Amino acid sequence: MSQQAIVKVQGLTKVFGQLKAVDGVSFEVEEGEIFGFLGPNGAGKTTTINMLTTLLRASGGTATIDGLDIHKHPNEVRRTVGVVPQEYTADEDLTGIQNIILCADLYGLPRSNSKPHAVELLKLVGLEDAAERKVSTYSGGMRRRLELASGLINYPKLLFLDEPTLGLDVQTRTAVWDYIRMLKVEYKMTLFLTTHYLEEADSLCDRIAIIDHGHIVKIGTPGELKASIGGDVIVVGVAETGPDISADIKSIPLVKDVKKTDHEYRIKSEVGEESSIQIIDLVRSRGLHVTKISLTKPTLDEAYLELTGRSIRDEETNKMDMFKQRVTMMRARR
Amino acid sequence: MTEDLSRSTVTTQEQVIDEEKRREAERTFRAAPQLSKSPLHGLWALTNRDLVKWYKNPIQLVISLVQPVVWLGLFGSAFNLGNFVPKTEFEATFGATNYISYLGAGMLAFIILFTAAFSGMSVVWDRRFGFMNKALSTPVGRGSIVVGKIMQSTIRSLIQAAIVLVIAVVLSMDTTHFGVLTVGGSFVMLFLMSFGLSSLFVMLALRSSDWQTQMAIINLLNLPLLFASNAMLPVAIMPGWLQSVVRYNPVSYAVDGVRQMLLGSASITNYSVLAPLWVDFGVLVVFAALLSILGIILSWRLLTK
Ligand SMILES: Nc1ncnc2c1ncn2[C@@H]1O[C@H](COP(=O)(O)OP(=O)(O)O)[C@@H](O)[C@H]1O
Ligand SMILES: [Mg+2]
Repeated sequence: MSQQAIVKVQGLTKVFGQLKAVDGVSFEVEEGEIFGFLGPNGAGKTTTINMLTTLLRASGGTATIDGLDIHKHPNEVRRTVGVVPQEYTADEDLTGIQNIILCADLYGLPRSNSKPHAVELLKLVGLEDAAERKVSTYSGGMRRRLELASGLINYPKLLFLDEPTLGLDVQTRTAVWDYIRMLKVEYKMTLFLTTHYLEEADSLCDRIAIIDHGHIVKIGTPGELKASIGGDVIVVGVAETGPDISADIKSIPLVKDVKKTDHEYRIKSEVGEESSIQIIDLVRSRGLHVTKISLTKPTLDEAYLELTGRSIRDEETNKMDMFKQRVTMMRARR
Repeated sequence: MTEDLSRSTVTTQEQVIDEEKRREAERTFRAAPQLSKSPLHGLWALTNRDLVKWYKNPIQLVISLVQPVVWLGLFGSAFNLGNFVPKTEFEATFGATNYISYLGAGMLAFIILFTAAFSGMSVVWDRRFGFMNKALSTPVGRGSIVVGKIMQSTIRSLIQAAIVLVIAVVLSMDTTHFGVLTVGGSFVMLFLMSFGLSSLFVMLALRSSDWQTQMAIINLLNLPLLFASNAMLPVAIMPGWLQSVVRYNPVSYAVDGVRQMLLGSASITNYSVLAPLWVDFGVLVVFAALLSILGIILSWRLLTK
């Protein structure tokens, strides 16, 4: 890929006892993009982030971040990246601003800088009025935004976000998406996020890696992933049983597949809008009467189903994950 | 509480990002400063975090003082053991003029032991509530995370010990031997004991995110460390096997040293004394140094999985 890759991962692996939680994943993240890891619970998303942010030692493989090897220069990697973990990490007994300044101290930011910077970040995420309140009084959305602000305290080039909207209501979720987009557009930051929400990956990410059982199944833009399932589906209803014109329809450019039932043709096309007009013309020219027509764009949901063989909602989780997730969600709802 | 809730809902809903705010933030944001590369950066911040949480919640302090004060009041003042034994014999065995003075020194060790024991618990909570992972994702020294925990526990326990000492004096502890050197020296010994014990308990908690296990460890170690020592009763009146156990217990050396300094035990009789003062001191220095170094080494290995 390009020279601009800020994250380069080769065969990264993590084994927990018998379980290969991450099994030789390789990918690159381009500078300035929003790159998403999409997969169900237990797919290995958090484990991958933990290895890249040096919280976990990899069992195998290599990775560099901004040219720094995660094994050889862990401290430099920590200085370069920001992390917004899956669970809430703020100290509930401290105020919002105390939490951020504490983080700044842990990064070794000079106090002369960290105080104004903390105030600015709290403003950025709209928490300036709550800055002096204990975090235990925050709502879930506020906590998430506080985590976002503390992830930015060290001026990271690259920000890791692990399930940034887990358990948030729809409204708060869209707000978090806005902040994430702003970081990309305004600050030219590179973002690496994980999610098991298809809508989130679809609307937010420039490129998505679908990960399942520790393997990357496919990497591409949301459009590419959707296209990979074979394109748009056009259903044309005809009034009476006439001659079978499947073969003719199939010869229309961009059409990939045609199936005929009694009164319907189900047609897969790479670009549904273009093909549908030609299809109607063709059907009419054969003297058939068109009773209905529908065009369905493939969703990421379908792409996911096709690539992994199951829907993302059939979640398999172990007890600890469930527990952690419930705690996070309970705290998010407060 | 209700007010907080309504306010947070409001903030959640007005999610519009103010253009002006954004520009303002951007200006500071571009001016990224140099990050400190000192190996000790963040150490005081971590220590101070726990201290702030502690003094903002004085109930915790009061609860921790209840037990030593009850011991002092009940066994020291009310049932003064000295009343049951002839005075010369009491002084010879206990190396103190009355039991509350004897017990006072023991209670200083008691409060330090119990505070140190819970230093590991705070590591467990930090793991449980995610703060540990946050700290680990920053470049702060892994050793600083451990030493910060040890330091906050040591500072807290010394403050608590000072309060216990004042209470003991109020309850008529013998102050004839008190002076800058003896009180200062006692606190140096207590510092060493606290540093060593906190290192021990923090170390035992490094890998754990399970508070039940941690509670079990505390119970397993705390009472033996307290009762198999000279904190409550003199070594001389213990059975032989217990005497040899007491000699391997670092707590005994701290208590012994403190008594020699605060009560002048050595000048009353040699009988009550466990070891010469310099031996007490040496044992504690070695104990504190060994365990804290071990703690730092283990933190490098255990904090990253
Ligand atoms: N510390 C651990 N010890 C043992 N197994 C673990 C550990 N952490 C994660 N796992 C397992 O590794 C797999 C991947 O987990 P994770 O990376 O958290 O998934 P995700 O973030 O995609 O939901 C899961 O099966 C999980 O149970
Ligand atoms: Mg996860």
